[in-house]
Amino acid sequence: MTNLLSVRNLDAFYGDFQALFGVDLDVEAGEVVALVGANGAGKSTFLASVTGLLPTRPGSILLRGANIAGEPAFRIARAGVAMSPEGRRLFASLSVEENLRLGATGGRKGHWSLEKVQALFPILKEKRRQGASELSGGQQQAVAIGRALMANPDLLLLDEVSLGLAPVVVRDIYESLPAIRAAGTAVIVVEQDIGRATEISDRLYCLQEGRVNLTGRSRQLTRDQIGAAYFGRARSAA
Amino acid sequence: MTDLLNAILQGVLLGGLYALFAAGLSLMFGVMRFVNLAHGDFIVAAAFGALLLVDMLGLPPLLAVVILVPAFAAFGYLGQRLVLNRVMGRDIMPGILLTFGFSVMLQNLMLEGFSANSRRLNAGWLDTASLPLGPFQIGFVPLLMFTTALLVLGGLGLFMSQTNTGRLMRATSDDAQIVGLMGADRRHLFAIATAIASGVVALAGVLMAIKTNFDPSSGSIRLLFAFEAVIMGGLGSLWGTLAGGIILGVAQGLGAAIDPGYQILAGHVVFLIILVLRPQGLFPRQRP
Repeated sequence: MTNLLSVRNLDAFYGDFQALFGVDLDVEAGEVVALVGANGAGKSTFLASVTGLLPTRPGSILLRGANIAGEPAFRIARAGVAMSPEGRRLFASLSVEENLRLGATGGRKGHWSLEKVQALFPILKEKRRQGASELSGGQQQAVAIGRALMANPDLLLLDEVSLGLAPVVVRDIYESLPAIRAAGTAVIVVEQDIGRATEISDRLYCLQEGRVNLTGRSRQLTRDQIGAAYFGRARSAA
Repeated sequence: MTDLLNAILQGVLLGGLYALFAAGLSLMFGVMRFVNLAHGDFIVAAAFGALLLVDMLGLPPLLAVVILVPAFAAFGYLGQRLVLNRVMGRDIMPGILLTFGFSVMLQNLMLEGFSANSRRLNAGWLDTASLPLGPFQIGFVPLLMFTTALLVLGGLGLFMSQTNTGRLMRATSDDAQIVGLMGADRRHLFAIATAIASGVVALAGVLMAIKTNFDPSSGSIRLLFAFEAVIMGGLGSLWGTLAGGIILGVAQGLGAAIDPGYQILAGHVVFLIILVLRPQGLFPRQRP
């Protein structure tokens, strides 16, 4: 059986600067995979590569066995990859509901609809007419995730959803994850908090300076192992 | 007093035409952050197109609109897809140079084809028809310009708020990169925006041809009027564009009432005053 997402030997560049070096990563259908690493380790670059925001060499990213690397972002979105980007990036002059509706532009059918998303995050129904920029950080994060779900993606990418949010709000946001999985969507979670990352994921990858330096089942990795990989001691100790 | 009120009234109606000049410019800038320096020359080209269809082929002016609007829209779509999309990006300079080149080419092509003579479209009975309103006479053509502007801007407003394509266009001016993540092809969105802008240009061109004299070099001043209306109204605001057009029209009307030589100057002076007092325009689109 082919994986939902197979990343093979992915290099990524910003101009002359190389941000990713030969990254391999797999996601199976319905799986939650955590991607951890320090600032600048390449997590967001990785997500930008998968979504097509950053062009990469064809053949290095496969979705259901078909190449998506080098394709424009809108084609990859229509193929079933959606993202809640770092910093949320809502459309500030549009209302909450308009933001959500735009998520469904690709026209993919599936479990998620405006009603289902509003049921998942009831605040989005209550505030549906408000401008997206008038919401609190946690509410904006819910809009960003809801907007991505509206696309009925096979693969959902969550980039730093906890950034700048109070712990209790972060918990609320992550409580939506089981419902998202239950609808059959696989998720890649980028998270700074190692404890939370291992708790919510099936498998975990740790990036350091653009390379994967640790991977395994989240339950089987110890905090020390991840901490060492996170801060880069794994390689020097090896 | 009646003269003054009449000058204001005629200025308001003329403002409708200026709003139509400006609508396409405003739309393209709002969606793409792109300034088409050939905008005024396209308006004049549409006017000559109408002249060809009406004077030479004998079509009624209304039918010229029915032909020119779709033709310009199609031309705008293809022009965006095939040419302008190649120069879209962070740097606005290539687009400015390209459309400046268009402007020069278009002016010279029209000069070659139509000579430098000043022309006007003869609309028959439409030219002189008017409605009495108290002490005033409202010309049919100015009324047509104003109602057309209301319909076009109202229609654009509905399109922007009620259709997914319109919402995508507003979203594009917020964050163009993320629109791609929504599964929308930016090249197509841009081309739709240019198609709509070009259709409005055709409409404005035909109305201008009926309303005033024009010649191949009169595009630049139309571009200037359009810029002034857009900037006075506030960038990206449709109804602001109408307000800007009306202010420009009224200023010109009042200037002309003082002395016909002051017509254009009065518009520029009011523009300058507003630019100094409210550089963001009267109704800037709200931004966080």
